Amino acid sequence: MNIHEYQAKELLSKFGVTVPKSKVAFSPQEARDIAGEFLADGPVCVIKAQIHAGGRGKAGGVKLVKSTEEAEEYARSLLGSILVTHQTGPEGKEVKKLLVEEGCNIARELYLGVVIDRGTQRVCIMASTEGGVEIEEVAANTPEKILKEYIDPAVGVLPYQARKLAFGLGLEKKQVGKAVKFIMGLYNAFLASDCSMAEINPLVVSADEDLIALDAKIGFDDSALYRHKDIEELRDMDEEDPKEIAAARFNLNYVTLDGNIGCMVNGAGLAMATMDIIKLYGGNPANFLDVGGGAGREQVTAAFKLIMSDENVKAMLVNIFGGIMRCDIIADGIVQAAKDVGLTVPLIVRLQGTNVDQGREILAKSGLNIISAEHMDEAAEKAVAATKTN
Amino acid sequence: MSILINKDTKVLCQGITGEQGTFHSRQMVEYGTKMVGGVTPGKGGTDVDGIPVFNTVDEAVRTTGANASVIYVPAGFAGDAIVEAVDAGIELVICITEGIPVLDMVSVKRFLDGKTARLVGPNCPGVITPGECKIGIMPGHIHKPGKVGVVSRSGTLTYEAVGQLTRLGLGQSTCVGIGGDPVNGTNFIDVIDLFNRDPDTEAIVMIGEIGGSAEEEAAAFIRENVKKPVVGYIAGVAAPPGKRMGHAGAIIAGGKGTAAEKMDAMRSAGIAVTESTATIGQTLKDQL
Repeated sequence: MNIHEYQAKELLSKFGVTVPKSKVAFSPQEARDIAGEFLADGPVCVIKAQIHAGGRGKAGGVKLVKSTEEAEEYARSLLGSILVTHQTGPEGKEVKKLLVEEGCNIARELYLGVVIDRGTQRVCIMASTEGGVEIEEVAANTPEKILKEYIDPAVGVLPYQARKLAFGLGLEKKQVGKAVKFIMGLYNAFLASDCSMAEINPLVVSADEDLIALDAKIGFDDSALYRHKDIEELRDMDEEDPKEIAAARFNLNYVTLDGNIGCMVNGAGLAMATMDIIKLYGGNPANFLDVGGGAGREQVTAAFKLIMSDENVKAMLVNIFGGIMRCDIIADGIVQAAKDVGLTVPLIVRLQGTNVDQGREILAKSGLNIISAEHMDEAAEKAVAATKTN
Repeated sequence: MSILINKDTKVLCQGITGEQGTFHSRQMVEYGTKMVGGVTPGKGGTDVDGIPVFNTVDEAVRTTGANASVIYVPAGFAGDAIVEAVDAGIELVICITEGIPVLDMVSVKRFLDGKTARLVGPNCPGVITPGECKIGIMPGHIHKPGKVGVVSRSGTLTYEAVGQLTRLGLGQSTCVGIGGDPVNGTNFIDVIDLFNRDPDTEAIVMIGEIGGSAEEEAAAFIRENVKKPVVGYIAGVAAPPGKRMGHAGAIIAGGKGTAAEKMDAMRSAGIAVTESTATIGQTLKDQL
């Protein structure tokens, strides 16, 4: 789960991470009023679109303003508009709120990030002098400019590790103490909130030698949300795919894709493999959908509805390898769901595994127009063919 | 012969009185696995189909001499269950549970440092040595004793591959599901090394997926160390970047962990890579 910049900054400030003063605006008038407050103290303030995607600056979603009029005008142009960044996809995201922030006199721009490193299976703190640039770019072009400290969970982050990073960034003696507090605060926030990533880019050294999180991006481990009800409440439904939200209610793993063959599969690996084999046969999957190992009729019906609600879908491919899950039960679920939901596209079903014969018999006797397949390649081929004749 | 488990492995089930634990313990007994006990705190002294239940793993190990444990406890308690098993002297801990918080697993891995116990999983189907011992949730009947070692990050995709092998008359020495989580106990290299040393494993199937770099590391290991034929498959060619595909670990992050990178690394290590799930079995047969 992801949150907005303003939420991330609120969370981090509780852990001693310094953030600029800011307030959220939902209307041009509000933006104007807040800008007025900040402009009383300094020559500029910043207006930033709040969407769950990076690259807002380049896309025109961040602007320095010098007057309340300018703030209102910019807020009006931004609110309700669609912002397209390299992370939103071509469809972009609608801007529904803005963060109005005090200006900051920038002396240096640095990078600080915390991730779980899969290689060492530890939390890793990364720092770089190349702030304001995407860290993937730095990693690809100048990997030597990324400093890393791996944290032993038995002792947590230690001050010397934060000092190593601070000195490595070339910070002045006076700034190192502040950096240590900042880095340890960020790690503590990461740990206490079960984050999957936390990124401060840029981390700014101000002209007054303060260290300030000018931007903040936080992602949380979905598996740990059950123990963070307060964080779960930060979820912004406007930022999430309605189909994925609906799927989550039935414990289905669903991801929308841009093809026209709807897929229903048991198991994440097999679901990916099904998408792949559709592509291999020249088709395009409309979604990833894992109904899980112990799906019952209710889940199969929900999955059916979800796939049929996608107007791009021209054929549906059900691929089940019945292990513990019995094919006859799945077949029952499919027949029932097809009758309940209504079947308007060709349905290709491939069943294998436990009780496969009974399962196929149920499908055959159902009177439904089901195209049966024995193997995955055959199923993919038939599904792709079905989209071409339809 | 086989790796990790055989007909003499004595197995405990942690969470045996839960729905999953009871169901799968019965399935394991039916397959011939030596289930010697179960653990559910507070239910010590009872039994499940005659399998004695204990309050702690320590008590269960001292009473039954168990040397392996399979965990079905809910995600919030699973990290604790793994450490309890290792602390009680269990040599092989297989964790089926899906959805354990990643930071819990980071701590568990730290605990395992320097210990001889092996953790398989979490979020995995388990381990099976066909005809001898099944520890986990895989359907036993699709397997057949033989000489192909199978290692995989995915459950149903493993069944798919095993189903194909069995249909072609190719039995399996042992099949190991290492799980779909980003922080796990046993990786491809660990299992491939064991298969490589096992005289009765003659060929290896490895099934990876997008995310992380475990397949690339395994490919480098295979290039240097493995002479046995290896067939590889990677799921997720069609997966978009930045999206978690069911498994917590199946995500292309920062442009890294794509299927194409992994397949390239595997091909250059001499692994026979197939792009179609439907031909995993046939590709292996062609190698023999």
